[in-house]
Amino acid sequence: MDSKSCVRIMKEWDIVAARQMGREIAKNLGFGTVDQARITTAISELARNIYLYAEEGRIYFEAVESLELKGIRVTAEDTGPGIKDLSLVMEDGYSTSGGLGAGLPGVRRLMDEFDIESEVGKGTKIVTVKWVR
Amino acid sequence: MGRDLKEVAIKNKEHIIKEWNKEISRLKDVNYTAEISAELFESNNEEFVNVILNSIRGDGTPQVIKDFSDRMIHLGWPLSYITDGLLVFRKVTLDTILHHIDQPEGEYISEVLKYVDSWVEPIIRQLVNEYSVSWEHVVSLQRIALQELSAPLIPVMDNITIMPLIGTIDTERAKFIMENLLEGVMRHNAEVVLIDITGVPVVDTMVAHHLFQATEAVRLLGAKCILVGIRPEIAQTIVNLGINFTDLPTKSTLKKGFLLALEITNKKILEVENKTQSIDKLLGLDKGSEKN
Repeated sequence: MDSKSCVRIMKEWDIVAARQMGREIAKNLGFGTVDQARITTAISELARNIYLYAEEGRIYFEAVESLELKGIRVTAEDTGPGIKDLSLVMEDGYSTSGGLGAGLPGVRRLMDEFDIESEVGKGTKIVTVKWVR
Repeated sequence: MGRDLKEVAIKNKEHIIKEWNKEISRLKDVNYTAEISAELFESNNEEFVNVILNSIRGDGTPQVIKDFSDRMIHLGWPLSYITDGLLVFRKVTLDTILHHIDQPEGEYISEVLKYVDSWVEPIIRQLVNEYSVSWEHVVSLQRIALQELSAPLIPVMDNITIMPLIGTIDTERAKFIMENLLEGVMRHNAEVVLIDITGVPVVDTMVAHHLFQATEAVRLLGAKCILVGIRPEIAQTIVNLGINFTDLPTKSTLKKGFLLALEITNKKILEVENKTQSIDKLLGLDKGSEKN
């Protein structure tokens, strides 16, 4: 499948839109309720990071297929300020906004694959995949 | 020149109306719902085309257009009917005028186009404006309605209060929840507050953060919070996220949370034996029908 859906994140309510679209796609791909909740929560964290730190960005959804596995790829991309120290933001409890600091490390644990690239002043791109079990 | 063109258009009013009706009826079969009856459709068309023509003639004030659009919005006519109608009108009028002039040169035609556009444009703009204002109004009303049911606080017993949360929690709502919670704790003199999140679809770090803040604030007032209604999938997600809920007592269901709340407030539910009164009597519905 090569269909790619996208939600633009600008307002707080766009987070809900991204979440709903992600949940719908995950459901159609055959994820169970627990994995649906995991994926939806991960999307919520990614979208909220865009809303809080980058102000504007996009979340892409893609169905992916390998030899014996099916899954969903969620990509969050923004052109925000970027992240200076990647290892720091992946630590539990680190937050610059007074939050819990569980967002990004949480997303890594919620999803099966996690990849982050960031350049200061350019933006951040996070690619995550969850496989159907 | 504009005046001449207007005269041509008004002189050929009948023709324009006829053509317009033909076109719009054709569109009706494709675009609009069958719910609109044929008579209503025709009478509405007549009014619509008259509103347009009057406004071109110059005796239709903006008020006339406003009244018309108000009625259309009230009856729930689709906006596409309005825009289609005006576009068709533009086309038909252009056809008619170009048919009636004897010098169809390029420059002249572009002049005519410009004039006809200048008749139709203000009407489109005003009608679309009216529609969008009415939509914005509806959205803001719904927002208020939603806020009214966003965080109710229900006192169930002395010292025990329940706050059921349903739907997505955003920053604004989180603030509202906090205010309601604290105010309610004071007003009902609550010792225990049960926060039920059965209806919250996603518990992410932001929601958890707000729940922590609210419970901490409640604790400062001397009351206790119990988080109830945690569905199994939410529990797993919270564990994956790595959020530490140990400071906040939690229960899977409202029922279990309520029992805990009773324990905290030193209360107990007792079943009374020898129930002699019928339920009807307890509810005051017996109306003296018993013949003892």
